[in-house]
Amino acid sequence: MNAHNRTLLTVICEAALEHKLVADLKTLGAPGWTLSDARGSGSRGVRSAGWDTDGNIRLEVICSREIAERIAEHLQARYYEHFAMVCYLAEVEVLRPEKF
Amino acid sequence: MGIDPVVLFFVFGLFAGLVKSELKLPPALYETLSIILLLAIGLHGGVELAEQASAALLGQSLLVLALGVLLPILAFILLRGLRFDRVNAAAVAAHYGSVSAGTFAVVVAYLAAREIFFESYMPLFVAILEIPAILVGILLAKGVSRDTDWKELGREIFLGKSIMLLLGGLLIGAIAGKEAIKPLEPLYTSMFKPVLAFFLLEMGLIASGQLGSLKRYGIKLAAFALIMPLIGALVGAMLARFMGLSVGGTAMLATLAASASYIAVPAAMRLAVPEANPSLSLTASLGITFPFNILIGIPLYLALAERLIAWGF
Repeated sequence: MNAHNRTLLTVICEAALEHKLVADLKTLGAPGWTLSDARGSGSRGVRSAGWDTDGNIRLEVICSREIAERIAEHLQARYYEHFAMVCYLAEVEVLRPEKF
Repeated sequence: MGIDPVVLFFVFGLFAGLVKSELKLPPALYETLSIILLLAIGLHGGVELAEQASAALLGQSLLVLALGVLLPILAFILLRGLRFDRVNAAAVAAHYGSVSAGTFAVVVAYLAAREIFFESYMPLFVAILEIPAILVGILLAKGVSRDTDWKELGREIFLGKSIMLLLGGLLIGAIAGKEAIKPLEPLYTSMFKPVLAFFLLEMGLIASGQLGSLKRYGIKLAAFALIMPLIGALVGAMLARFMGLSVGGTAMLATLAASASYIAVPAAMRLAVPEANPSLSLTASLGITFPFNILIGIPLYLALAERLIAWGF
């Protein structure tokens, strides 16, 4: 199998941020992303997704290390202080490098 | 006249939530029910509006807009008096300047059950009252600051779910007219109450979850969440008398002014004033004010309307 290394950036945050984050990803050059609903609990209490204001989203981007770091730094500067948000990077292997 | 069963559904939901029952309604159901309720209210208003629209309506709409500016300012003053910091006071005030469509649905059912007439254009006032409070809240929180994304906010405010549904329903009703809308009538006649009952069951469950966080914020927030609706109702009722609305219309405007938003404003405030603590506002508006209005407020505001008219206001 011919695998290539890329970086997976995962962001879990308040659902209210969805529009803003998607706009950010476009400007920062993410090649694509996957969004899903999430629920859980953390330092800002339980977020049960019982309804609109209480929901989380999980955003996943597979891209180059450089773009992933750029996005992560932007998120930290812009949202960490006031919003429920975690983001982490992981190395993954993909089969079609030109897609990411 | 016993207690209205829809209110009992709400109490049941509160109880089930407070005893930590396994009962949960799927989130999509809540969405569906609120969409049906808002469309039904809009449609009904639109049909009647086509029958009795008048030039006086424009002036009245402007007065209601002014009410939407005044209420959050009153709430802000009260909150600052209770020693809340500026940002949180402004965010909570925005919730109280806006309205709760759920509370409006209950007052519609309450008056209909008693066969009390109310002006048909009330749903229009709900939509109008949604808007100014959010803007006033933002201005109170940070003045005219450059980092507010007004475009994004404008979309959030004017194209929000509840305003869209209400205005859409109003327009469809007004364009179609009474005859054509007949097949859809069950939406706001026989179907309205069953939908409202399930909606209130879910609201009870949600409100019980908010009550849990009340312990953290204590007596000051609870006091505000009980005093503010009374002030709002009084201001709303006086304005309705000034506009010459009927008993039903007066009770409704009082209820609208007493109610606090828990959907449109939280979403907008989260983006515009992120440094405000969102659970402070939700605990007050959902945990205390909404149940208070449903259980005690609405009958009280109807009595207030009747009393004001009896006194010749």
